[in-house]
This record gives sequence, C-alpha cells and structure tokens, in this order.
Amino acid sequence: MPIISTTGLARTFPGRNGPVEAVRGIDLTVRPGEILGLLGPNGAGKTTTLRMLTTLLPPTAGAATVAGHDLLKDPAAVRRRIGYVAQSGGLDPQETVRSELVLQGRLHGLDRTRATARAEELAAELHLTELLDRPTPALSGGQRRRLDLAMGLTHRPEILFLDEPTTGLDPGSRADLWALVRRLRDEFGTTVVLTTHYLDEADALADRLVIVDKGTVVAEGSPAALKAEHGAATLQDAFLAITGRGPAPVDTTPVAV
Amino acid sequence: MLLHDSALLFGRYARQTLRSPFQIFFGALMPLLYLFLFGPLLTDLPLGREGDSWQILVPGLLLQLGLFGASFAGFSIILEKNWGVFDRMRVTPVSRLALLLGRVLRDAALFVFQAVLLVLVAVPMGLRAPLAGILIGFGFVALLSAALASLSYALALKLRTPQEFGPAINTLAMPAMLLSGLMLPMTLAPGWLDVLSRLMPFRYLVDAVREAYIGHYTTPAMLYGLLVALAVTAIAVTVGTRTFRSAGA
Repeated sequence: MPIISTTGLARTFPGRNGPVEAVRGIDLTVRPGEILGLLGPNGAGKTTTLRMLTTLLPPTAGAATVAGHDLLKDPAAVRRRIGYVAQSGGLDPQETVRSELVLQGRLHGLDRTRATARAEELAAELHLTELLDRPTPALSGGQRRRLDLAMGLTHRPEILFLDEPTTGLDPGSRADLWALVRRLRDEFGTTVVLTTHYLDEADALADRLVIVDKGTVVAEGSPAALKAEHGAATLQDAFLAITGRGPAPVDTTPVAV
Repeated sequence: MLLHDSALLFGRYARQTLRSPFQIFFGALMPLLYLFLFGPLLTDLPLGREGDSWQILVPGLLLQLGLFGASFAGFSIILEKNWGVFDRMRVTPVSRLALLLGRVLRDAALFVFQAVLLVLVAVPMGLRAPLAGILIGFGFVALLSAALASLSYALALKLRTPQEFGPAINTLAMPAMLLSGLMLPMTLAPGWLDVLSRLMPFRYLVDAVREAYIGHYTTPAMLYGLLVALAVTAIAVTVGTRTFRSAGA
C-alpha cells in the first residue's frame, strides 16, 4: 500500500504568452518508509510537484492520495500527517527560535504546555537548545536549516517533504542533515521525499530516484539501477543521459590566446 | 478550533505590533495633521448638514484612518510570503479563515486604538459628541478596517511583484477617499458628483458615523451604513479566505 500515489497530477500557470505547463501529468508511487529523491533540471517541475503534494497549490488536473487521504477532498487530513520544509525555509525574522517552534506546535493543535515541551525536545534533538532564545536572524546557515527541519517535525509527521534541503550548506552541515534524514527513517519510519540538485546527495541518501524533466517523469529506479540501465559510471552521467543533456563534448580545438 | 486558532495568530501578530510603537503611532499621524491643520478651516463654513464642523470632520478622519491604514496591511503578507512563513503556516491544518482573521483582528485593533487617540485629541480641539455615538464610530472603524485589510491581503497575494502593491493601493484609495466625502460631506456636491458618490460604499459608512456623532441612532442613514458595512466585510472576508486557500496562485 503506497503512502503517496498520484495519477496525472498536473499544474498549469497562466503566463504572458499563454498557459505554462509546469507539471504535465505526474504518476508517482512512494512506499512507506522510503527516502525518495526527486531530481530534475531547473524548471523541471520539482517544486511545483511538492507544493501540490503538500496542499499548498491546487492541481489543475489529476488526483493524489497522500498518507491515506485524498489530496483534493480532504487537504486538512493530509496536512496533519505531513511536514514540509521549503527551499527558502519559513522563519520570521521578528521571532525567536522558541516562539517559532512553540507557535508551529500550537498550529498543529498542541496546547501551550505540550507545544513548549515539544519545542525543547526538538531543540535538544537538533542541537538548538542554546539558541532557543535567539532571534532567528542570528542563526548561521546550518543552524537555520536545522530549525527549518525542526519546524517541519513538530507534529511527528508520517511524511516529510524537503525542497533542496542542503542547498547553500557547508559539507559538515550537509553531512549532519543526511544523518538526520536517515535517522528519521530508521527510528520513526518517516517517509521522506526530497528534491536536490546534488547527485552525490541523491546517490548517498535516496533509496529510489524519480527524475522529472519538462513536467513529466522521465526515469525512475534505485541509483544503482539507473546507473546500470544507462551504462553510466556515475549518477551524473546517468542523469545527463536521461535528461538528454549528454556529457559535455571534449573540445579538441586549441583555444586562441 | 476556528476561535482558538484565530486567537493564537492574533496574539502573535499583536505582540509583533506592540514591539513596534513607531508603527502604532505613526499611522495616526496623517489624520492628526488633518485635524490640526485642516479642521480649523471648517469651523465657520456652512457644510450643508446638521452638526458642527468637528462632528462632520472627525467621523471622516476616523474612516480615513481605516481606509489608508488597513488598505496597506497587505505589505506585511508580502514579506511573510517572501520569508516562507506564509506557506509554512498554510501547510499546517489551521483553518484558512483563522489565518486571515488572526491578521485582520490585529489590524482592526490597531486602527481602533488609533481612532481612540484621534478622538481624544479632537475633544480639546472642540469636538462634542455623545459617548454612544463615539463608540458606534469605533465600531464602524473596526468593520471598515477588517474589510479593507482582508481585501488588501488578497490583493497583495495576487500581485506578482511587490512593487505593484503601493501604486495599486494608492490608485484605489484616493478615489475612495474623495468619492465618499471623507473631508467634506457630499451634501456640498453638485448633482452628478453626489450620484457618483452614492456608488461608493464607504460613503454610507461616513454618513452613518456622522449621524451617530449628532446622536441620531435610528435613521435610515444609520441603517444603510450598517448594512453596507456588514455586507462589505462579509464579502471581503470571503474573498480573503479564498485567496488564502490558493495563495493567489
């Protein structure tokens, strides 16, 4: 029984020169406890797909079931079971780490006492305890990202959606985040759907990859299977072959100086 | 649930506003300037309706405060959207109406507070009006602020670029101010302008508050004012909630 399944999920935006088909009909199946990597070139429709699956953007066509609930008919039930961390995060610079965590818990229906306790518990888990009373703009990039993640976890979601979670992070913070994502899956059975541009990240972290290009799924499988299928040594080569952007030709003409 | 979530968000936004006294007092400055520098010009003029000049001007200034203040409320949501705060809240099960109401109630509270300041300053200037009438006036300020703030949030979410927001609001608010007779009553207007101003819903609100300020609580003008205010607020909150559902996308 898949935890996410979509059929023909599509989104068209009105544009200056006629409608723009950001997502042209995506069929996706995600199994419980899986870490799914959503890959694709810029503008492929990854973020639009995540925004539809997280109820933020109504699809223009298609249907989806997320965590056992119909995305279109019962978005509130879907929201109770998912967490979402946007590419840009979602922190208010006028608030402190604590007030953000507590509010997020309360928006998920925890009372003040439980929300406060949960905020402290999450802060301890994500090494933010010392920072609880700092204003959010005082955090470093890696600390911010950990707080973004904590915000998405206040209600212990069954599915966590991460949009480019490690963009802009230093290698140490990236490694921390990978470890966290793996722990979430291993200890809590959380299903994780993440988008990324880093193919080493996809290779190391994801159980299965879905590659989208121009708004449709063009390939899917485990990193090993995708590499084997395209006779590629690295995921990078497989990705370039799949998205039709073959490896850059080696230019033999001498450079004029 | 709706009440709980609205109160929760109202608390957050009210605390943010209280941390910025500048925002609280600066908003009252424009109507106060009108009161000091424009009000004294009217004291000896025939204004074509019952009541002295302060009873006519102060209701107009109260609604001007709501009109200009609340219609710029949308700026804050443009910021929240850019920070990602807006989506982060929308992905929780909190009701979309509560997301709107938490903000709108903060706005209404802020503008009623500024309205109280304005009236307190107007009394030594010469304003005399029954207490009940003054309280009714605050009620209208609350309704107008709630309605305009809702529409302002909806517009802010619809616009592609924040740079469009300021000019768009000014373009809408200026004719609204002129056509509703906020500064001088429309009883002074030539026939065509009077007819035109009757198409402007805010006119009925101003007329109703002016009635309240002279102690007329059961006149048709009061009834029309109340009906228009309630209808406009209901429509505005519906439009606002819908926009919050789809985030204007």
